[in-house]
Amino acid sequence: MSVYIDKNTKVIVQGITGSTALFHAKQMLEYGTQIVGGVTPGKGGTDAEGVPVFNTVEEAVKATGANASVIYVPAPFAADAIMEATDAEMDIAICITEHIPVQDMIKVKRYMEGKKTRLVGPNCPGVITPDECKIGIMPGYIHKKGHVGVVSRSGTLTYEAVHQLSEAGLGQSTAVGIGGDPVNGTDFIDVLKAFQEDDDTEAVIMIGEIGGTAEEEAAEWVKANMDKPVVGFIGGRTAPPGKRMGHAGAIISGGKGTADEKIRVMNECGIEVAETPSVMGETLINVLKSNDIYDKCKTH
Amino acid sequence: MNIHEYQGKQIMRDFGVAVPNGHVAYSADEAVEAAKKLGTDVTVVKAQIHAGGRGNAGGVKIAKSLDDVRTYAEELLGKTLVTHQTGSEGKEVKRLLIEEGCDIQNEYYVGLVLDRNTSRITMMASEEGGTEIEQVAEENPEKIFKEVIDPVVGLAPFQARRLAFNINIPKESLSKAVKFMMGLYDVFVKKDCSIAEINPLVTTGDGEVLALDSKLNFDDNALFRQKDVADLRDLDEEDPKEIEASKYDLSYIALDGDIGCMVNGAGLAMATMDTIKHYGGEPANFLDVGGGATTEKVTGAFKLILSDENVNGIFVNIFGGIMKCDVIAEGIVAATKEVGLTLPLVVRLEGTNVEEGKRILDESGLNITSADSMANGAQKIVELVK
Repeated sequence: MSVYIDKNTKVIVQGITGSTALFHAKQMLEYGTQIVGGVTPGKGGTDAEGVPVFNTVEEAVKATGANASVIYVPAPFAADAIMEATDAEMDIAICITEHIPVQDMIKVKRYMEGKKTRLVGPNCPGVITPDECKIGIMPGYIHKKGHVGVVSRSGTLTYEAVHQLSEAGLGQSTAVGIGGDPVNGTDFIDVLKAFQEDDDTEAVIMIGEIGGTAEEEAAEWVKANMDKPVVGFIGGRTAPPGKRMGHAGAIISGGKGTADEKIRVMNECGIEVAETPSVMGETLINVLKSNDIYDKCKTH
Repeated sequence: MNIHEYQGKQIMRDFGVAVPNGHVAYSADEAVEAAKKLGTDVTVVKAQIHAGGRGNAGGVKIAKSLDDVRTYAEELLGKTLVTHQTGSEGKEVKRLLIEEGCDIQNEYYVGLVLDRNTSRITMMASEEGGTEIEQVAEENPEKIFKEVIDPVVGLAPFQARRLAFNINIPKESLSKAVKFMMGLYDVFVKKDCSIAEINPLVTTGDGEVLALDSKLNFDDNALFRQKDVADLRDLDEEDPKEIEASKYDLSYIALDGDIGCMVNGAGLAMATMDTIKHYGGEPANFLDVGGGATTEKVTGAFKLILSDENVNGIFVNIFGGIMKCDVIAEGIVAATKEVGLTLPLVVRLEGTNVEEGKRILDESGLNITSADSMANGAQKIVELVK
């Protein structure tokens, strides 16, 4: 088992004819992901990276049986693309696009209420179940199949964590990038819940950053609901208040959303937090050992 | 993006939201002209800078004659105001808002923000007008009332009414307060605001409900469809390096240290700063080169770091996903040659096309210290700038 995606997941690429999407469609195909088609309005009937291109998501689903979509559509049109994937009843829509206006996302979230589709992102690296399915922009080769679940607000910090785990012989069940925007589809708690229920996941590494209170709420949830060990890292301890640190959601405002406060709450809830990003792997190893599941997680 | 108070008030006026009459002035003569046009007994002369706390810093003056207006305008223009939001260096006043005085009865607070927990816009209101909302939240949280707004229907009249009753708006002003709140929400949504704060909102002796101050911030990601708002950008109010960065579409924030950082991804960029600090160094900046960077963009980023004279060394930390290491490497080589780099440079590359990237750096013949992890790179650069 794994979380959200596996070897049976059939994926279409929305915006497939753009250069970034083409590059990553190729990378995903090489990784072994079942990319079954793409969508670019007006380019239906053509081919891209050897897969058929359709005008609409609905058409693509009918022709290919796809149940997942990855979205690379430019920001002004991305909200519409997410709604189109939702309308086509995808199981999961993963939106890589960054810089989507907040008010567009507020409408998208409202539109998706009560509907079947799970949104991951936007402004995220995607989701990967190693050796089975890679959806997004992460470098596939750093991942190894295994039993550690990874969830993160940051793309490159996720790669950093995964790289350390793989080097230490700790494979991953699934790595989920939830994205750095203030309004996103899947949050920490959704993913933690999925990892708690996943037989393949033995422990979780959770990577947060300054801004908002999602990490604090997730920590409370872990304390109340999870028996698998969770370790964490929070980026932005040295970030000045009132400045948006790249991600739209990464801002300390009105004294709220500081790294220190998040770390304090996480510690209180029994989550070990790595002092620097370089020791995320090490911190997890120590926790695995003290829980007697290190050998179970060690994949080679 | 931030705009000035007078610009915010003009936008509100365009949407039929009540604000006092007023005009912008760039000189004392223009200030007197503006006051003449208003023709009121009392005129307020307000310094226009992108920072709050202007009143306490002496940036707001009450004039009772045209001579007063001239005196205050001359005093304020060119003056550097230091408020709790400007930092110790303060900001120079270059524009004034000349506004009619009004007969204030009560002061309130009304604001709109994104509530991240519900992914909805929330209107907040309080009868503690004139005080910063953070302070009210700290000291009298029971005095802040909130309405979470459904984006499909917008702010419902009953919600505005409930807020108005809760903050004890006098009965005779109630319908005007409701109209004000509905109008403010309309501005927020149609102009893609990220924050709208009216502090204070006032009721006057003749029952009017007016925005005495206005703070509107806008979602940078929506400026492509808000051209008229984008045109209001005042470059005098921004850090010159941040302006330069925005030309290259880079995310840059100047800090006080001496180690320049170039990183891909906001999270990794923050973590790189944290790691430098952990090993006893001080980062000079936050710089995220973003996802789809080109060689030109990387060259721009590099020049930007080098334009900061406090920088004594540079740490490049790249974990390539969407960003390819060979592109970064080419940018580093091109920029280093172009600017004739003499400072220590530590580069850590990992991810997509890493071998190709490392080969480009090795074959460049440049004096580059390579690092095999973030911690290793941070330690090396901290050592080199000592």
